[in-house]
Amino acid sequence: MTSDGVSVRLANCARTFTDGTRALKGCDLVIESGETIVLLGPSGCGKTTLLRIIAGLDFPDPGGHVCFDERDVTELPVEKRGVGMVFQSYALFPNMDVAQNIAYGLTVRRIAGAERDRRVTEMLAMMRIEELRHRRIDQLSGGQRQRVALARAIAARPKVLLLDEPLTALDARLRDELRLEIDQLLRTLGITAIYVTHDQTEAMALADRVVVMNQGQIEQTGTPRQIYETPATAFVTAFIGTMNQLSGNVSAGFLTVGSSRIAVDAPDGPAALLFRPEDLRLSAEADAHFTATVTSCLYFGDHLRLTLNVGSEQSLIARLAPREQIAIGQRVGCVITSSQIQTDIRPRSGV
Amino acid sequence: MTQGPADRSIQRGPGRGITFWLQLLITVLLCVFLILPVMMSLLAGFTANYLEGWSSGLTTAWLIKVLAEYHASIALSLQVAFACLACNLLIGVPAAYALFRSPSRASRVIEELLVMPVAVPGLATALALIVTFGGLGEWRQSWLFILIGHVLFTLPFMVRSVLAVMSSIDLAALEEAARSLGANFWQRMVYVVLPNSAGGIVAGSLMVVTLSLGEFNMTLLLHTPLTKTLPVGLADAYASLRLEVGSAYTVIFFVLIVPLLIALQRVNGRSR
Amino acid sequence: MRARANSIPARIPPGWVESPLLLLPAAVVFCAFFLFPMGRLALIGGSGPLGWGAYGAALSDPRYLASLASTILLAAATTLVTLIVSTVSGVFLTRHRFSGRSLVVSMLTLPLAFPGVVIGFMVIMLGGRQGLIPSMTDALFGERWVFAYSMTGLFIGYLYFSIPRTILTIMASAEKLDPRIEEAARSLGAGPMRVALDVIVPALKPALVAAGAICFATAMGAFGTAFTLATRINVLPMVIYTEFTLQANIAMAAALSFVLGAITWAALALARSVSGTSVAAAG
Repeated sequence: MTSDGVSVRLANCARTFTDGTRALKGCDLVIESGETIVLLGPSGCGKTTLLRIIAGLDFPDPGGHVCFDERDVTELPVEKRGVGMVFQSYALFPNMDVAQNIAYGLTVRRIAGAERDRRVTEMLAMMRIEELRHRRIDQLSGGQRQRVALARAIAARPKVLLLDEPLTALDARLRDELRLEIDQLLRTLGITAIYVTHDQTEAMALADRVVVMNQGQIEQTGTPRQIYETPATAFVTAFIGTMNQLSGNVSAGFLTVGSSRIAVDAPDGPAALLFRPEDLRLSAEADAHFTATVTSCLYFGDHLRLTLNVGSEQSLIARLAPREQIAIGQRVGCVITSSQIQTDIRPRSGV
Repeated sequence: MTQGPADRSIQRGPGRGITFWLQLLITVLLCVFLILPVMMSLLAGFTANYLEGWSSGLTTAWLIKVLAEYHASIALSLQVAFACLACNLLIGVPAAYALFRSPSRASRVIEELLVMPVAVPGLATALALIVTFGGLGEWRQSWLFILIGHVLFTLPFMVRSVLAVMSSIDLAALEEAARSLGANFWQRMVYVVLPNSAGGIVAGSLMVVTLSLGEFNMTLLLHTPLTKTLPVGLADAYASLRLEVGSAYTVIFFVLIVPLLIALQRVNGRSR
Repeated sequence: MRARANSIPARIPPGWVESPLLLLPAAVVFCAFFLFPMGRLALIGGSGPLGWGAYGAALSDPRYLASLASTILLAAATTLVTLIVSTVSGVFLTRHRFSGRSLVVSMLTLPLAFPGVVIGFMVIMLGGRQGLIPSMTDALFGERWVFAYSMTGLFIGYLYFSIPRTILTIMASAEKLDPRIEEAARSLGAGPMRVALDVIVPALKPALVAAGAICFATAMGAFGTAFTLATRINVLPMVIYTEFTLQANIAMAAALSFVLGAITWAALALARSVSGTSVAAAG
């Protein structure tokens, strides 16, 4: 079952609450039809507010516009927008059973009888919860409620599917399992989906594009790879994954770090070398870019996490294959396989 | 009732201290204090001659006498109670929803206002009604006059009961979900709001009927010889100085009230 | 459904148009049958032979002052004893589960709905001329202690209908107490008495204030019990009643009721501001 998704365009959407808080500061966003967009950011960054504005549960300050497929829907309330929404608390109706919950969107639109039953059956099959058809809501587990909430949202063939942190309430294992299912569901449906989360793994796994937000503003929009490998702002750099930072002085094309010198392509002056923990390799001291002392070594089963000290109190994180045996206090040589150079120094730690 | 966290702090261990026995004593005395007179008065309603006590034998004669002479009052009490309930459902339930939806400051003020007839002594409310509407002869004589006082007094109980349930079930999220599925105001009311508030409505209804049946302070001033409710008739019966009549009357009152109170306990217990 | 989208802008939060309409019946009933009559009552209070001085008389005439004082005293004493007894028993009942507990709780809360008349009758059963306790004292000491028709009897009666109400509120609050705080106190060496005073009572304070306020207000305005026990009792509601029915002194009755109502409402407002919650009717 595919439904043609619509494109969503947000222009200059800001939202100031009555007590003065500026939850959103002038956001612009274009979402292609059928795309899965993830709004990612810490709590309070405005991602839920943005989602509610797209839904029609909230409205942008004057001057902001929301368009579905070039049609301006800014003044339409949620009942009229034809969106499907999955809430963080699922908000399933306790007075109805599973089938009635799923059918609700159809009941309200006066689609009755055989057609409605057919769609409900289709949804139950798609979510693989056929046996729950007549179950009461309070008898369902967290994962089951999630599936029912999804089924309810898509039963009425919405143009846009909005999901507000639907997996947050579940435990880690269930979350992994359902994340996969949601991913496949969204691809099968071909619907335009906007997903809100603070969990980076979810964002990376589900998104066609990630929108990183902070304090009411969009910091960067891009594919997961772009966000991770080429973060555009300091916030994105710090927020997404871990970023190592080696600060020092560049002179004559060499960055001085401790007692080592690394060849870099940067003008003279203060600079910082940025690289991810997995882009650091151990080598013999002779072939290394620089040397460091191991201050901690944590074993996580599928990888090893080293904390390295490069003189002058700069701490680095390295992610290595787990089968190596490294001792604390050992002196190692490090090679950086991929990095960025930053010449405007902001005082932050890379850890 | 389910086992709550309070259980864990029960002092288990060697011997219960003096505080435990003291508490137990007070509680037992309290139970006796509250329950014994009830038992006694129930019994008195069946005693042939109270002054002689049990030795005079048990009889239902008093009960029959009371039913024969006072059945009009009993019927009127029931009539007023159910009319009061109907009014509360029509007026109070919508009001509770409106308060639930309103910004908190406004709804706080309105709730305060609604509580006033409960805070202000019933005498004052009744007096106020009499001085304002007493001149309207025909209305003053009818049972509707009593009904008004009862509605004013019971409304806050219904509103508060329904409002409490609405807040506890996160009705706001449910309504948003319904709206996102396209439901308009009436569809939300019928499918979501009312069914899920049913617990509060039932509890409120039981409360309203119970309170109305027992209301005396206001009704004493508002009634006329032709519109006597059960409690007012009861006061008259005591004045007639035959304790047995009064007791039998009380028995009838209990028979009406006790099932309601038990039902109220059940409903409240289930909602916890 | 369609009409709404056209005529009401979507930006208005849902329910803002319907809410005032939903409140309208309640508002009408309230204004027409309470606010307006109360206003008239206030005016009537000032329309008698003493004019507006009636209000002053209510507060200065020794007769009225005496009954006002005894009413307040009685209400305060009732509230105090009720709170203490209810707390002790309420916490005890919450903590100790035993079979038949719900039955006991049901029986304890039975008097909740009794009209003052029935309560008065109970008091007579306990302490009237043929009452239980006088018979006992007669057997033990040779003298009948008939207390039903005095202030003591009234006090007992007030306890009778106050305790069930407060015990419910306190039990509801006691169930929500966090046992871990008590455990922390005990781990630091506090005995049960200290735990009760330092941990339990402070935690119950909001419930105590709310229940105490309701208890006070009810006792202030209670009438049926005094009416049944009659004769020598001199509480303000009785005075109002006699002024109205026997003396036909409507203005004085109105002034007195207004004063009574104002004092009661002030007590509730005070309790509300102390506890910060809406002290509405007890469940």
